[in-house]
Amino acid sequence: MHMKKLLSGNEAMALGAYHAGLSVAAAYPGTPSTEILENLARMDGIYVEWSTNEKVAMEVGLGASYGGVRTLVSMKHVGLNVASDAFFAASVTGIRGGLVVICCDDPGMHSSQNEQDNRHYARFAKVPILEPSDSQEAYSLMSLAFDISEEFDTPVIFRSTTRISHCKTVADVEDNPDIKRRKAHFVRDPYKFVMVPSNARPRHPLMEERISKLASYVETFPFNEIILEDRNLGIVSSGAAYQYAREVFPGASFLKLVTTYPLPRELVCHFAGEVRKLVVIEELDPFIEEQLRAWGLEVLGKALVPIVGELSPELLQEQAVKLELISRPAIAESSPKVPPPLPVRPPLLCPGCPHAGTSYALRRLGFYHTPPVDDESEKRAGQLARQGIIVTSDIGCYTLAVYPPLLALDTCACMGASIGQAHGLEKAGVRTKTVSVIGDSTFLHSGITSLVDMVYNKGQGTVIILDNETTAMTGHQGHPGTGFSARGDDAPKVVLEDLARGCGVRDVNVVSAFDLEEIESTLKRCLETDQTSVMIVRGNCPLRVRSKGRPMMVDKEACDQCYNCLRVGCAAINRNDDSITIDNNACVGDKCSVCLQVCHRQAIKVNAQ
Amino acid sequence: MTTNILMTGVGGQGVVLASDALAEIAVKGGYDVKKSDSLGMSQRGGSVVSHLRFGHQIHSPVIKKGEVDFLLAFERLEGARWAGYLKQGGIAIINDHAIPPLSTMGGAYGYPTVEETVAILKERTDQIHLIPATSLANQLGNPQVLNVLLVGFLSSFLAIEEKSYVEDLSQRVPAKFLDLNLDAFARGREEARTRQAKDHDREA
Ligand SMILES: Cc1ncc(C[n+]2csc(CCOP(=O)(O)OP(=O)(O)O)c2C)c(N)n1
Repeated sequence: MHMKKLLSGNEAMALGAYHAGLSVAAAYPGTPSTEILENLARMDGIYVEWSTNEKVAMEVGLGASYGGVRTLVSMKHVGLNVASDAFFAASVTGIRGGLVVICCDDPGMHSSQNEQDNRHYARFAKVPILEPSDSQEAYSLMSLAFDISEEFDTPVIFRSTTRISHCKTVADVEDNPDIKRRKAHFVRDPYKFVMVPSNARPRHPLMEERISKLASYVETFPFNEIILEDRNLGIVSSGAAYQYAREVFPGASFLKLVTTYPLPRELVCHFAGEVRKLVVIEELDPFIEEQLRAWGLEVLGKALVPIVGELSPELLQEQAVKLELISRPAIAESSPKVPPPLPVRPPLLCPGCPHAGTSYALRRLGFYHTPPVDDESEKRAGQLARQGIIVTSDIGCYTLAVYPPLLALDTCACMGASIGQAHGLEKAGVRTKTVSVIGDSTFLHSGITSLVDMVYNKGQGTVIILDNETTAMTGHQGHPGTGFSARGDDAPKVVLEDLARGCGVRDVNVVSAFDLEEIESTLKRCLETDQTSVMIVRGNCPLRVRSKGRPMMVDKEACDQCYNCLRVGCAAINRNDDSITIDNNACVGDKCSVCLQVCHRQAIKVNAQ
Repeated sequence: MTTNILMTGVGGQGVVLASDALAEIAVKGGYDVKKSDSLGMSQRGGSVVSHLRFGHQIHSPVIKKGEVDFLLAFERLEGARWAGYLKQGGIAIINDHAIPPLSTMGGAYGYPTVEETVAILKERTDQIHLIPATSLANQLGNPQVLNVLLVGFLSSFLAIEEKSYVEDLSQRVPAKFLDLNLDAFARGREEARTRQAKDHDREA
């Protein structure tokens, strides 16, 4: 039995994997991939986990696959950087049970720190890649991905992008199919599984052979599709870009590619022979284009579609008009007048966010703590910017404190970088004190090893672990410090202060996220010591624990309009003309009260009635 | 014929829930449907936009600029921000409620006035419905039904039967909130009807 369902790409991939006989799934959250594991966690009969980070997820996946069962590992694009060592190992050893690695790229950086093109990982690690162009393919390709993995003894990359993962499209899916899962069983085979050099050397030729076998296999791959219409224009495309291309070039001929590595050479050359002008439409890097050029085909590629940013139908149309591939549409598609500038609406820390108090304190210390100054050149730099302390940040909701009015942060690179960066700044000889800010999930993901490094190498940095007892940024997933599992069951809880002490830190402090004075005084004390110090700032995320305290109010008489409360950057505090109001629908009341604590005139009060 | 609907608003207003519901209704109506939400970090009070398309066969899940048939804005500034996506003569349904972003407090640009909002929309269309949707929802006793009320308003322009919406709500909404939601839907639809009747009288 089949049924039509409106599914997001992530829902479709999860369902496809489940129907394909999946047994184990491991992931670390990351937009736009998170909902894949969240969906699997609602399905029975399989094991799912949030792993501590992507590398761990990959290793769990590898182990499960060695145990003979079908396994899925999912992550966002940068997650594969973290997991890459294990991923390359998987390519070398090969697998037992099918191993599919979903990575979700984020062209346009809707919610990421870069827009790397993960198709390169396929060529780099010599593994096949499949790219769906809608939810139907995301669902249907999944069982083929597992088949390929098992037939060719290789992990398979299943690449999605934000528009594939998060768009909902109609998919025809099986209704209650009979699902066959394998029985786990490990068969010893040191030549395959123990990669000492003597065993690894004979694996490399096998990998090369595998890729050439795959190259012939993809020639007849059922989801690569040729549509021959107007032969003047032949478009090679894949993924979301294919959908935009169909929209912008309605009558053209198409070769839709699902297998973008290895590419089906004969199929591509056959298509090229059928059309007069060959065009490659792909987002980000010229991955397909370069291969076609290497085969001696003349193509139009990145001259049409920019290498930078997310593609959109209007961008494609504009470019196609510019290069005279299509004529200008009859109606002007945008108004000739330049619209007036409108105020931006960047994301904010939520009202009641436990990160607000710490960020406010960091901003104050950053601006007002006088830095040591050696010479004149440093002094000028110090005057240009806030330099009382250097705040190296990590990635999470707290990174929003980089925006006005908080302006509290100085760096943010990748997950886990804050602690090592601070240590590096110190060891380079920068005399300004450093504070690293890292969330609980991120600390467990990749902060522990750098904290150990700081202790071992006698660093004097202060590390603030913002413990909101969840992975908030990506939608409140569990992690080892939360006490609940991916399915929401109770789980053993790693206690962060014990962990910090175990890493060798002597100066470990735990403070409340809503006590500004305690945060500031502890921070000042930590900055003055000459050893590594850790401050765990603890407070619930208001989006997860939806409790409210007594409401706040503003005493209009007492308020002298200093607007210090606006510096907290709380969305519940508004300024109407000159007066300050608090939106009690949004405010969490005296569960937070950071605004009350920053008000010099005690004009913000708890409304006791 | 493809119908292109762009819904915009602020994180927490229920934009995505509304477009999810409408998408499901369109699927049940036998259409091909695609929808795409941009919600990077919108849970945190940022802008939200949802593209919804239905028709015989849909390729792109996002609507081309200048091809939006219906702009449904849950907040006035977000309506102005996306006005350029409307096709010439498209229909703009704008909640007149303002949620000023923090950037308007001491920022470079102020919050647009009602007149400025209308002027921006006028560049694209004369069919502008500025409606007090938030006050109407509050009158019903619960600001949360804003999204259902707005869908009710929009529904009077779409070729989908009223009972499909009611059916969908009955499945989606917990029993104790069903009446409230049905009222909100009816209130939105009625508001559209009375406005259309008025326009009609004026023309006649
Ligand atoms: C390698 C990698 N994996 C995943 C992500 C996505 N991501 C960004 S922040 C974050 C976790 C944030 O959790 P936490 O540190 O606890 O901070 P919170 O958001 O709860 O404040 C995740 C999973 C990423 N940017 N990079």
